[in-house]
Amino acid sequence: MVVCKIRQLTKEFGPNRVLRGVDLDLVAGEVTVLMGANGAGKSTLVKILSGIHAADRGAVTLDGAPFAPHSPAAAMRAGIATVHQSIDDGVIPDLDVASNLMLDRMAAPGAALWLRGRRMRADARRIAHTMQLDLDVSRPVRDLTLAERQLIAIARAMTRDPKVLILDEPTSSLSAREAERLFALIDRVRNRGVAVLYISHRMSDIRRIADRIVAMRDGVITGTFTDKPLDTEGAVTAMLGVSMTDLDVTPASPGAPVLTATGLTLAPGAAPFDLMLAKGEVVAVVGLVGSGKSRLASILYGLERPDAGRIMLNGKPYAPSNTAQAIHAGVFLCPRDRASSGVVPDFDITQNLTLPFTARYATNWILRRKSELTTTQGMIDRLGIVCQGPRDSILSLSGGNQQKVMVGRWLSQDSDLLILDEPFQGVDIRARRDISAHIRMTACERATLVLVAELDEAVEIADRILVLHDFSIVTDYRNEGLDLGALLAAVSGRPAPEPVEGMTIT
Amino acid sequence: MNPQSRFIDLAIRYGFLVLLVALVVMFSVVAPGFAGAYSAVFIFQSVAITGILALGVTCTLVVGGFDLSIGSVATSSLMLSAYAMVVLEMSAVTAVILCLVMGAVVGLVNGILIVRFKVPDLLATLGMMFLLIGLQRIPTEGRSIATGMTLPGGGTAEGTFSPGFLLLGRHRFDLFLENLLPAPVIVFLVVALVIWVFLELTKHGRLMYAIGSNERAASLAGANVNRYKIAAYMISGVTAAIGGILLAARLGRGDIASGNNLLLDSVAAALIGFAVLGAAKPNAFGTAIGALFVGVLLQGLTMMNAPYYTQDFVKGAVLVIALMFTFALSERKKAGGH
Repeated sequence: MVVCKIRQLTKEFGPNRVLRGVDLDLVAGEVTVLMGANGAGKSTLVKILSGIHAADRGAVTLDGAPFAPHSPAAAMRAGIATVHQSIDDGVIPDLDVASNLMLDRMAAPGAALWLRGRRMRADARRIAHTMQLDLDVSRPVRDLTLAERQLIAIARAMTRDPKVLILDEPTSSLSAREAERLFALIDRVRNRGVAVLYISHRMSDIRRIADRIVAMRDGVITGTFTDKPLDTEGAVTAMLGVSMTDLDVTPASPGAPVLTATGLTLAPGAAPFDLMLAKGEVVAVVGLVGSGKSRLASILYGLERPDAGRIMLNGKPYAPSNTAQAIHAGVFLCPRDRASSGVVPDFDITQNLTLPFTARYATNWILRRKSELTTTQGMIDRLGIVCQGPRDSILSLSGGNQQKVMVGRWLSQDSDLLILDEPFQGVDIRARRDISAHIRMTACERATLVLVAELDEAVEIADRILVLHDFSIVTDYRNEGLDLGALLAAVSGRPAPEPVEGMTIT
Repeated sequence: MNPQSRFIDLAIRYGFLVLLVALVVMFSVVAPGFAGAYSAVFIFQSVAITGILALGVTCTLVVGGFDLSIGSVATSSLMLSAYAMVVLEMSAVTAVILCLVMGAVVGLVNGILIVRFKVPDLLATLGMMFLLIGLQRIPTEGRSIATGMTLPGGGTAEGTFSPGFLLLGRHRFDLFLENLLPAPVIVFLVVALVIWVFLELTKHGRLMYAIGSNERAASLAGANVNRYKIAAYMISGVTAAIGGILLAARLGRGDIASGNNLLLDSVAAALIGFAVLGAAKPNAFGTAIGALFVGVLLQGLTMMNAPYYTQDFVKGAVLVIALMFTFALSERKKAGGH
């Protein structure tokens, strides 16, 4: 049964025609996955459905009644609940789980003036129980993991009994195991007859959860796939307008060692390991969230100290005590989570790109803007950053292009070791290909370390793949004729090489 | 770009400057004597000291902070210079150096409270403000300082303000016309130029803006965030001390009651500066224009015989409108972008 009908939906922002007549049906008890490259109009569609923007033309009907919310609260009352990508919009960290789950009921008009703690916790426990969430409802949300917050945000959305639930890239910062918990919850939501609209870039998510795939490109729906098994390749082609060939990596032969670590211990009690990164090779470190990837990056970049071990850089002892020293020594880190750790929102593309190297663009303290602009224009051309020019505000770019600026920032100067922490987070497949091609192309003059959670991303970019588990490197593969099953087992820390459901390789 | 959004764009960029020119033209027509070199200089003189303080607070706004202690640093500097010369009978140079060091130390303490002890900026500088307001009254038991005053110990203060020191506040340089430019105006223009160059053209300014916009990103790009923040508060402390020195030189006595309006006026100038050229962020040029804007408005109204007690209301109204201008319009611009 079609719950939500979208017909010829149009939205323009100034000169940008973001949605150009979208037709979409959402069916009760089905998960519709919406795929689209960055800038295809997915976020705008979600914002219209959740009442943040109003459509210019077109109609939406919900259960046959016209639906045109003027605010997020109105959208929710009408029966469309949205869990946005940045999870901290969905929970209040300082309150406990019970208050978070009951928040909407508390804020509803006509709610009781006095709070009754015991009753509230009982109600919250009932909600948690129906969603099969195994959580202590009196714990403050700030003590929970990101994945648990995500589950609470969804459970909270479900307290409204929505007809449609929209999930915008819910797994972008979750590990495979945490994602599986989320999928189980989505299964229950689906079984209750809710129409789910699910937005994601992750192929593994899509295969696991989708009943139907809808591809979107340049503001229109370019393909709907309902026949089982779902044609994911066809969906990618529809979303990009061209088909993506498989990327084959021919592993380069490594040069001289750049960085060697002996007896490196990342956490108290963790097994020490050795690490060698050579000039000209791209090494991927794969590991779940909490496996120690960020810790490794932090140590190499001077943010944290290892518990034990010696690190040598180009034959000299290397123990940076801050980021400035690491950069000076030639070790660069492109951090994960660009919104909080990379992008300077008030700056233009140029100022963002040259941020770590301002001293190199200055003579006698005064910055040479022209030389900055030249560098930036060069990087825009090489990485194919879609923009009007180097003076554009960084926020005017789509997510994928912002990420290109972030990576370009660290490629704009020569380094000895370049560390990229989750460089493909929230990036569509085409931008991902552009970025990894450029990283490989420029790799010969330095050692490159890429930290990723998804195995297929590692296979696409690396000469060598290391698996990190429980703060120690457990395997080291050359990217040739890989036994993916064994690799997957190593990632999830299981002894037997059996394939993990939902984490197959493209 | 359609005509409407181009108009909004122009309004955001040049609206405030157009308004300033319109005010000048209007007052010139309506109030006789408003248009003229001496009247213009008078406006500059009236805003010089608040302008200098505002430039300092701009630096703290740039790193995402705020400095509420500037007014009290200025009055402390006023009292300190008077005390040094009148009671301790020190030379003018010593007194000036003492005040600048005091400003720098207060800024350093503010900075350390904020970056090391993690006190929120508003609270740390508010605390410092109270502390200084109290401290500056202790040596003289709450009285103003002037030559011949009775000291708490029983004696009389024998020292005087040195004539050289008083020139800092009262001397007028010749420029085309005789005795045209007062020394504080020159200091104001120099400080404005230095801060503008520092913030807009040097790597330090660039990194300070980066810290204000995304502290974590700036830190991961290798910027020493704590050092820059402390530096910003020290700049603010030193400029406030300069303002206090000029005030002392103009008044010629350590007047305990003066400088009450300094904090609010200078903060208003810095915030009005957000609206200039559509910057939507703290900037030195905007701050200087903001200070002038308030000066022009008050001078014009005074010459049109508006009563003195309406001044604060006018300033407040200008500030509210400027903030509305900045945030509402630039928000619209942003929403249209993506």
